[in-house]
Amino acid sequence: MDHAATATAGHAQGQQHQQHPIGLYLTVWGFLFVLSTFSYLVDYFHFQGLLRWSLILLFMIAKAGLIVAVFMHMRWERLALIFAILLPPGAILVLVGLMAAEGDYTFFTRGLFFGH
Amino acid sequence: MAAIPSLETKEPAGAWASIVADWSSDRQAFKVPWGKAMMWIFLLSDTFIFSCFLTGYMTVRISTTDQWPNPSEVFALNIGGANIPLILIAIMTFILISSSGTMAMAVNFGYRRDRKKTAALMLVTALFGATFVGMQAFEWSKLIFHEGVRPWGNPMGAAQFGSSFFMITGFHGLHVSAGVVYLSIVAARVLKGRYEKKGYEIVEIAGLYWHFVDLVWVFIFALFYLW
Repeated sequence: MDHAATATAGHAQGQQHQQHPIGLYLTVWGFLFVLSTFSYLVDYFHFQGLLRWSLILLFMIAKAGLIVAVFMHMRWERLALIFAILLPPGAILVLVGLMAAEGDYTFFTRGLFFGH
Repeated sequence: MAAIPSLETKEPAGAWASIVADWSSDRQAFKVPWGKAMMWIFLLSDTFIFSCFLTGYMTVRISTTDQWPNPSEVFALNIGGANIPLILIAIMTFILISSSGTMAMAVNFGYRRDRKKTAALMLVTALFGATFVGMQAFEWSKLIFHEGVRPWGNPMGAAQFGSSFFMITGFHGLHVSAGVVYLSIVAARVLKGRYEKKGYEIVEIAGLYWHFVDLVWVFIFALFYLW
């Protein structure tokens, strides 16, 4: 989708006001309910291992995407704002990667020294 | 060395004045209302705070040699003789999502200049938020008084469980509480007609904050309670 074109079109039609049909919000609301139910069911049915983790992350990202894109209107903003807000959190993924490696190492050395 | 000829004809007097002029002089990067850009930047900084908490939690959970308490059991409730896993947290999740729905509609009615509906929907949102905080208080007291969970230890397993739990959900709960106050103030002002001239961007800005609180809960729910 061409974000810039959509945003410019939005500007042309009396602009800035994020005015969208109520039905859209209700639809997203419904989706969020369904996705939350799914993620609760992951726990309820005791899925384990890789299946559990991938399902949890999938539903989490889907919900987060819906909230940011529609409820917070990010979909209709201009690219300058979208990039300024959505790109910096990418740095967090680097931190998560580093700390996961560090955590594994700490676990390993604790095992070594405390004999667990 | 010859002075570089300035492109500006009028150079503001004074060092500070020149800095202010250079950084501001009618340049606008984000073509949205000022308050909205500032709220987004605040939310970005808040994203980093919550991410640091969650990353810290991940690190201690990976590195502990003790068994991590099973959240599914810790947060189970006994309803009608049956132990239902994680039910309170599920209800809290639905409440917060519903509050996000009513908030989105409040923004919509704000731009339509329907003051009564806007204020009513915002107050419903705040009420959902207050309910959420109430349930969280119940959850905390259950954990502290009945299960003996402390920031430095608990009977179920890894000591880091308590500190992660109180830090992350506590900080989120504070955000919800602040949001309830914020929404109530804006709703009262909407009702009084304070934004008739200024426009109703403020409702959208308050909405951004509220949706963010819901967004953070999505991550806490997935990474702390379900993992």
